[in-house]
Amino acid sequence: MFDLDRWREIFQSIGKNKLRSALSGFTVAFAILLFTLLFGMGNGLQNTFKNEFAKDAMNSIYIWSNYTTIAYKGNQIGRRVQFKNDDFTFLKETYGDKIQTISPKIQRSSEVVYKSEKDTYSVRGVYPDYYVLESAEMMDGRFLNFRDINEKNKVVVIGRMVEKDLFGQLSALGKQINIEGIIYQIIGVFSDPGGDSDERYIYTPFTTMQTMYGNNGYLDEFGITYNPDLSIDEAIAFGNKMLRELKEKHNVSPNDQRGIGLNNYATNNKEVSGIMGGLSILILVIGFGTLKAGVVGISNIMVYIVKERTKELGIRKAVGATPNAIVAMIIQEAVFITAISGYLGLIIGVGILELAGPSLEKYFILNPGVSQPVVIGATLTLIIAGLIAGYLPAKKAASIKPVVALNSD
Amino acid sequence: MIRIEKLHKSYPIGKEKLHVLKGIDLHIKEGEFVSIMGSSGSGKSTLLNIVGLLDEHDEGNYYLNGELIKDLNEKKAAILRNKFLGFVFQSFNLISYKTALENVALPLYYKGVNRKERLEIAMEYLDKVGLKAWANHLPNELSGGQKQRVAIARALVTKPKVVLADEPTGALDSTTTDSVMDLLRDINNEGMTVFVITHEEEVAEQTKRIVRLKDGLIISDELTSTGKAKAV
Repeated sequence: MFDLDRWREIFQSIGKNKLRSALSGFTVAFAILLFTLLFGMGNGLQNTFKNEFAKDAMNSIYIWSNYTTIAYKGNQIGRRVQFKNDDFTFLKETYGDKIQTISPKIQRSSEVVYKSEKDTYSVRGVYPDYYVLESAEMMDGRFLNFRDINEKNKVVVIGRMVEKDLFGQLSALGKQINIEGIIYQIIGVFSDPGGDSDERYIYTPFTTMQTMYGNNGYLDEFGITYNPDLSIDEAIAFGNKMLRELKEKHNVSPNDQRGIGLNNYATNNKEVSGIMGGLSILILVIGFGTLKAGVVGISNIMVYIVKERTKELGIRKAVGATPNAIVAMIIQEAVFITAISGYLGLIIGVGILELAGPSLEKYFILNPGVSQPVVIGATLTLIIAGLIAGYLPAKKAASIKPVVALNSD
Repeated sequence: MIRIEKLHKSYPIGKEKLHVLKGIDLHIKEGEFVSIMGSSGSGKSTLLNIVGLLDEHDEGNYYLNGELIKDLNEKKAAILRNKFLGFVFQSFNLISYKTALENVALPLYYKGVNRKERLEIAMEYLDKVGLKAWANHLPNELSGGQKQRVAIARALVTKPKVVLADEPTGALDSTTTDSVMDLLRDINNEGMTVFVITHEEEVAEQTKRIVRLKDGLIISDELTSTGKAKAV
């Protein structure tokens, strides 16, 4: 397959016809460059969008209880609906296949003291799975684990701002703080892309907290992430079903908007993904448009090149070149030029995106870039285009009678 | 070597047909030095193109080295050209971006000879036409006579059976014409069949046999004085 002699012929042909080669190379490089830039910026726009909506896990569902607003099944209006541990078990067992993670939550505002510093924070009793919901990131130490749950350990994980408020420049890890008179050990510090308020939470094992506040099996909320394999519509249906069944279980009217509340991110996702889908289509259209321009460009140039070389091809045929040898030579040259210049355009495009990326953030373009498969696909498209664009005129040139080819000037 | 029987060829011109060759019978034996004479339009170039497998005939038979040439596809024609025929053209037809040496070596490339060997053989033939010193020059750095000698070296490099020369001196002055004809004669003296097309009487006189064409027919076919001398 590898024919050194043919490559030599091709390199000579390219090297001795620099302008011609540079022009065709330029077309391809420019097409790929534009493609990379447009595609990259489109992706950047999409990234901005994603980022805005990605403060918490995208597949979260929150369920909470409140006072009823409709009398139902003999219950008075204004009754406080109270979730209990058996609701947690119920959800886990009924929807095991649709739930990725689930955590109950108790939340209280408590006074927290460390030495002479004190302040009031929201303390949340949760399961380790809650970590996924908040998209929090551990800076130091670890998050809660199931051993903490089982052993009802008096440990806490605090937000970055809590550490800053109470400990200043010092590390909080391993220190002990006093929450409403009970001493907890700090086992981790987290940061959260959601911002300062999300970094003023304190997490403690759900079981520990439940024991502290009455030990009655009561809980406030559920944080769920649904199975990411569910489609958005399936996820919405799943959320609605849970709400319906919980209302039934707690004798809340199906029409009561307040008694039990549910916030399904899938609903927001549906809107967001609609916009994202629109963006994607726009990006695709732009990308394909650019590619098509490149394909047309390279085709034109190949037609011109073959025409210009008709006489040379006639000479080659007169001295014994077979039509296949002619076609193979032209195609190999075309593919070589397209591949190299396509790659060059790509490198330049990616380079520009890298350099200009940070300064584009104010135009809502975040981390512009193109994914490898897209880039490889685009380059392959152009190579194939070069192949076809080279093949047709080459085939034609190879079938011209040598005498005609020789007489063309 | 070349046997032609009742050869016809016509070209379409719009709706009309231009009948160029109207039944040519010609037999050229191995080692002959033949010139085809005729004014322009007499059909001599067409004849050479058909003999050289650069064009196809319509009717009649053409035997090259005993093989009937009929319905050749391009690939087969290319192989036969490479094996049996060497071309010298009026306009030299050298590839402009290749050096003299590379131009001479090109037929060997299509014959599948490896690079080293091919450049050696090409150099040998350039030496033979007296242009060894110009091996690495591009065609546009050579004079007309030199270009034609490079073309002759290229025609010879595959050791063909027949060298076909289409007005080889048409673009040259009389001094270089003589040197090119001398070269062709030398080649013929080594036993190669040489087939020259020309409209110059002086050029034809230097070959051994002159075939005169007029309006697509052979009007005379005779040996020249040198040809007779050889025959005697």
